[in-house]
Amino acid sequence: MNILPLFIGIPFGVAFFIPMVSRKVKWVPDVLGNITTFTLLLLSLMTLNQEFVYHIGGWKAPIGIVFVLDGLSCLLLIIINLIGFMATLFSIDYIEKRYTSKLRYYSLFLLMIGGMNGTVLSGDLFNLFVFMEIASIASYALVGFGCEARELEASFKYLVMGNVASLFVLYGVALLYGKTGSLNIADVARIIREIPYDNLIGFASVLLIGGYMVKAALVPFHAWLPDAHPSAPAPISAMLSGVVIKALGIYVITRLIFNLFGFNSITSNLLIYIGIISMISGVCLAILQSDFKRLLAYHSISQMGYVVVGLGLGNGLGILGGIFHLFNHSLFKSLLFLDSGAIEYETGTRDLNKMGLLYKKMPVTSFSTLIGSLSISGIPPLNGFWSKLIIILAAIKAGRPIVALWAVIGSILTLSSFTKVCRYALYGKGEKFDEEKFKNYKEVGNLMIVPLIVLSILCIFTGLLLIGGENGILGPVVDVINGGVLQYINKVLEI
Amino acid sequence: MIYYLCFVIFLIGLYGVCCKKNIVKIILGLWIMEYSVNLFLILLGYRKNGIAPILREGDNIVEFAQKAVDPLPQAMVLTSIVIGLGVLALMVTVAIRLYQRYGTFDITEMRKLKG
Repeated sequence: MNILPLFIGIPFGVAFFIPMVSRKVKWVPDVLGNITTFTLLLLSLMTLNQEFVYHIGGWKAPIGIVFVLDGLSCLLLIIINLIGFMATLFSIDYIEKRYTSKLRYYSLFLLMIGGMNGTVLSGDLFNLFVFMEIASIASYALVGFGCEARELEASFKYLVMGNVASLFVLYGVALLYGKTGSLNIADVARIIREIPYDNLIGFASVLLIGGYMVKAALVPFHAWLPDAHPSAPAPISAMLSGVVIKALGIYVITRLIFNLFGFNSITSNLLIYIGIISMISGVCLAILQSDFKRLLAYHSISQMGYVVVGLGLGNGLGILGGIFHLFNHSLFKSLLFLDSGAIEYETGTRDLNKMGLLYKKMPVTSFSTLIGSLSISGIPPLNGFWSKLIIILAAIKAGRPIVALWAVIGSILTLSSFTKVCRYALYGKGEKFDEEKFKNYKEVGNLMIVPLIVLSILCIFTGLLLIGGENGILGPVVDVINGGVLQYINKVLEI
Repeated sequence: MIYYLCFVIFLIGLYGVCCKKNIVKIILGLWIMEYSVNLFLILLGYRKNGIAPILREGDNIVEFAQKAVDPLPQAMVLTSIVIGLGVLALMVTVAIRLYQRYGTFDITEMRKLKG
């Protein structure tokens, strides 16, 4: 049986079903939302090690719309649905206390998940755009969910930048369609190799990649991220930082560069330079922050820099490192955002200066924060260490020691800024530490603790995924990217 | 030539988004960009003296293929208009809420987020 349409059908169906049935009964949104994301997680685990192309309505590839499942899509599906399940589990208590409308929250959340599942599965340029817009519109609304002044301001900024990016993408799609007369990614890739090179194709590629770089928040286009991510509710921050910038940004850029336009020295240099700039400027800005969630948001920019550098190096080891870091980042960054949510839930503040000695009152949250911090700063044996190590080794192997040097510097700066978190919030006292409030703090409820524990355990053990290197568990993913354009064309069009 | 004019409209919209300080004008700028892209898509499929792409019984296929306009961009434009409507509705809602909170439409006065 073919399960690919279910990834889009189930979340969209439930998203429209929830507001219909649950106006009166309060527990329905919680239960339905969690069951849906759990089902999706199981379904995504069923796609492991499978590769096939699904033709919607039975129309063959260049004419009909296709869904393509390969190693890369499979990895992204697992990330999306795993973090989605953890975030919904966390939302049950969190949204109850801090926000009002649960049914709208779950409805938008599922729309976002469905949109992202569609984005990573779609093999058609315009369809990709449509799913991207569904996920983006849901996330614009979720960023402004609190309807306070700051949240609305962040939401509007995100809306304007995101919409300009979407229009760039649509213009790029239109230009490619006008040039090639096809929308299927594999078919477009085949045609632009047959016709002589034209500046319009270059222009279209710039529009497309530029547009998706805004969604991925790489440095020249990052201005919306540090506002939008901290303003959202904590589970949504975890989704935005952990998944949305990857599924809508990095994944599509990878697909376009490696499977459509082709990888060459220009794109390689572009990715490496943008990656290094993101890596260093993101972490430098993060050190200055005293708002916990804002600090984490700047680190997202920096860590995306590592992923892009790894991909840009272009050898098998670099791609393995980049993809592995993408996976690890989604785990530890969503863990850290959920931790920040738990701390905010209990203490009512996000300011690091006002926290202190949390390890006495909130042992589980503190310990999972510690694991996340060590993991993001690259301390062995946690997962962040292995992926950074591979990226640095790949840079040396590719004959670019300067890149490796920058990656090491970025990692050290990350460690220093997370030392600040641990010192102020967990094991020491901030400058404006409040004794009175401190007495009332207690550990958050069980439903909020479970996702923290699961993600911490995953952070400790996912280093094992690396066994076998380029031919191991992550082998199929590296193969998709490294195989380049021709392999993708052959698979989708079945020539 | 007409494609360049489309791109000029796109750039006018982009200018509005980048340089204007009033939220309503920014939304209008985005809307101009959206329409220029839609216009571009429609023009891609347009053909002078073309006929509607509906094949009736008894039509000559070769002649039909030479004359009919391309239907795919029209389907794309419909989708893109609907998406644009959703985004516009959300933007206007956010703008109204922002006006309630700040009492102004000027983005230079909305500076609670920084760092």
